[in-house]
Amino acid sequence: MSILVIAEPSTGDVKKPTLTTLGAAAKIGGTADVLVLGQGVAAAADATAKVAGVGTVLVADAAEYAHALAENVAPLVAAAVKAGGYGHVLFAATTFGKNVAPRVAALLDVQPISEISAVVSADTFERPIYAGNAVATVQSADAVKVVTVRGTAFEAVAATGGSGSVTALAATGEAGLSSFVSAELTKSERPELTSARVIVSGGRGMQSGDNFHMLDTLADKLGAAVGASRAAVDAGFVPNDYQVGQTGKIVAPELYIAVGISGAIQHLAGMKDSKVIVAINKDEEAPIFQIADYGLVADLFKAVPELTEAVSK
Amino acid sequence: MKILVAVKRVVDYNVKIRVKPDNTGVELANVKMSMNPFDEIAVEEAVRLKEKGAATEIVVVSIGPASAQETIRTALAMGADRGILVQTDAEVQPLAVAKTLKTLVEKEQPQLVILGKQAIDDDSNQTGQMLAALLGWAQGTFASKVEPAAGTVAVTREVDGGLETLSLKLPAIVTADLRLNEPRYASLPNIMKAKKKPIETIDPAALGADFTPRLKTLKVTEPPKRQGGVKVGSVQELVAKLRDEARVI
Ligand SMILES: Cc1cc2nc3c(=O)[nH]c(=O)nc-3n(C[C@H](O)[C@H](O)[C@H](O)COP(=O)(O)OP(=O)(O)OC[C@H]3O[C@@H](n4cnc5c(N)ncnc54)[C@H](O)[C@@H]3O)c2cc1C
Ligand SMILES: Nc1ncnc2c1ncn2[C@@H]1O[C@H](COP(=O)(O)O)[C@@H](O)[C@H]1O
Repeated sequence: MSILVIAEPSTGDVKKPTLTTLGAAAKIGGTADVLVLGQGVAAAADATAKVAGVGTVLVADAAEYAHALAENVAPLVAAAVKAGGYGHVLFAATTFGKNVAPRVAALLDVQPISEISAVVSADTFERPIYAGNAVATVQSADAVKVVTVRGTAFEAVAATGGSGSVTALAATGEAGLSSFVSAELTKSERPELTSARVIVSGGRGMQSGDNFHMLDTLADKLGAAVGASRAAVDAGFVPNDYQVGQTGKIVAPELYIAVGISGAIQHLAGMKDSKVIVAINKDEEAPIFQIADYGLVADLFKAVPELTEAVSK
Repeated sequence: MKILVAVKRVVDYNVKIRVKPDNTGVELANVKMSMNPFDEIAVEEAVRLKEKGAATEIVVVSIGPASAQETIRTALAMGADRGILVQTDAEVQPLAVAKTLKTLVEKEQPQLVILGKQAIDDDSNQTGQMLAALLGWAQGTFASKVEPAAGTVAVTREVDGGLETLSLKLPAIVTADLRLNEPRYASLPNIMKAKKKPIETIDPAALGADFTPRLKTLKVTEPPKRQGGVKVGSVQELVAKLRDEARVI
């Protein structure tokens, strides 16, 4: 039984979530093939073949996969699984994976396993439930295991050193159910939240979007990404893709600095596995202090500029 | 346009979750239960579409114990027209929920089905996508904007890089994200009115539903506890700790 990993859509490099999903595949054991889909993905397929431990790279290069629409992608994946006799289908738990994996699973009549955080054996996995307040160990009785993988829980495999082969896969056609209209993607020169070594996050305490520039300046000094709580996103201070938490991004950087964030469980669900947590909050009773390694009770409007100054030295 | 909304009764999001000492699950006795927060958003969206004249009838469905009547009643008080409870005390996993919803969709023939993006107990984030696959319909997941037009619906989705808008052929499935709307509180008169709205109770056997779990929960444990650290007295002390003790900057 072998494993099929569905690559995070890319037309160039292999995305980090694909590498961590391959890390989870390595824990399950056996060889992992990778399905690369999209339009104009030849370079991505070649890059994928160089990833350590990759067997065959299946490439589906067609217009109907350009925007990774679930209605077009799911039949492709289901067909590839049946043709290849795969026992496991792994996606990263990104918005792409979360959107497509259950659709694939339903086509295969399988109950998927969301956001695994550990592999116990080939059919048994750990996954957080209740916003990470409990961890369930679940065993699948299905012939094919359709799984999404939490990126923070697994080591990425090396992007080089492999020598996989590349095979073209027949496209499955346009489902005619949905079409792409537009995208409004956040542009940033900073590292991506889910792969940043340091994250500076702001909450409602920031009071405005303008004040977030203070965090940008600190982040630039630290080579950090900028994140936010739901309250800050809902208030329109920053775009939705900044949100960290149960329903936002799950992050585990080496250093997470929470500024003006109270520490609701839904926020903690997204960052409590960070190596070192710093909290800056003027309320010494704020729950964030219960999990912070270093807590500073202070007015952020004074502390953040001071911190920026101090780390510049 | 008829809309069907799926609502799940879950542990209230404010409750502090406790794992049972025998590791068989989490403590549910005497715990406050509520409508899944994403499902409140789904109901609110349906009600707004009806208020705008884009929808004609809203049917709310829940699969769960008798007490899920209350959850349906809450949706009726928000403005839904009638409810269906597929009553069971069994643990129902997303694939089985999706299959059950499919039979109800075939019976009710809605043009739009709105679900929450995720139930906050199992955190699966699967049911809407699976229902869409089983019906062969389009799916607009993690929606922050829903705009029906003739024969289609435009859905803006919250994705990792920002926002993405798709046009879906109707009938379609939408799953609600947090910023789709802010759910209303039901007014007292509407709560009273909701008491008179019909709720049909259906025996799962009548739908041919099979709730046999495909995933067996072997155990439920507490996540590793994070030790709280220290309070520092100044920014200088913080920077010193981060440099010399934690060595992260
Ligand atoms: C279903 C569901 C899902 C959710 N998902 C998420 C999620 O993914 N991510 C998430 O973050 N939240 C999520 N939430 C929301 C969560 O419950 C909290 O409401 C939210 O995290 C609060 O954000 P906050 O800490 O920024 O705001 P608040 O709780 O209002 O805290 C603001 C903090 O700033 C401090 N402060 C104010 N002014 C200053 C100052 N000048 N200096 C220093 N400190 C100051 C205050 O003391 C306070 O502690 C979810 C909620 C639900 C119901
Ligand atoms: N037992 C249920 N009854 C009705 N709707 C449900 C049930 N379980 C899940 N749903 C719907 O499916 C959505 C996603 O749930 P899940 O896939 O379990 O995270 C929920 O927000 C509900 O809208």
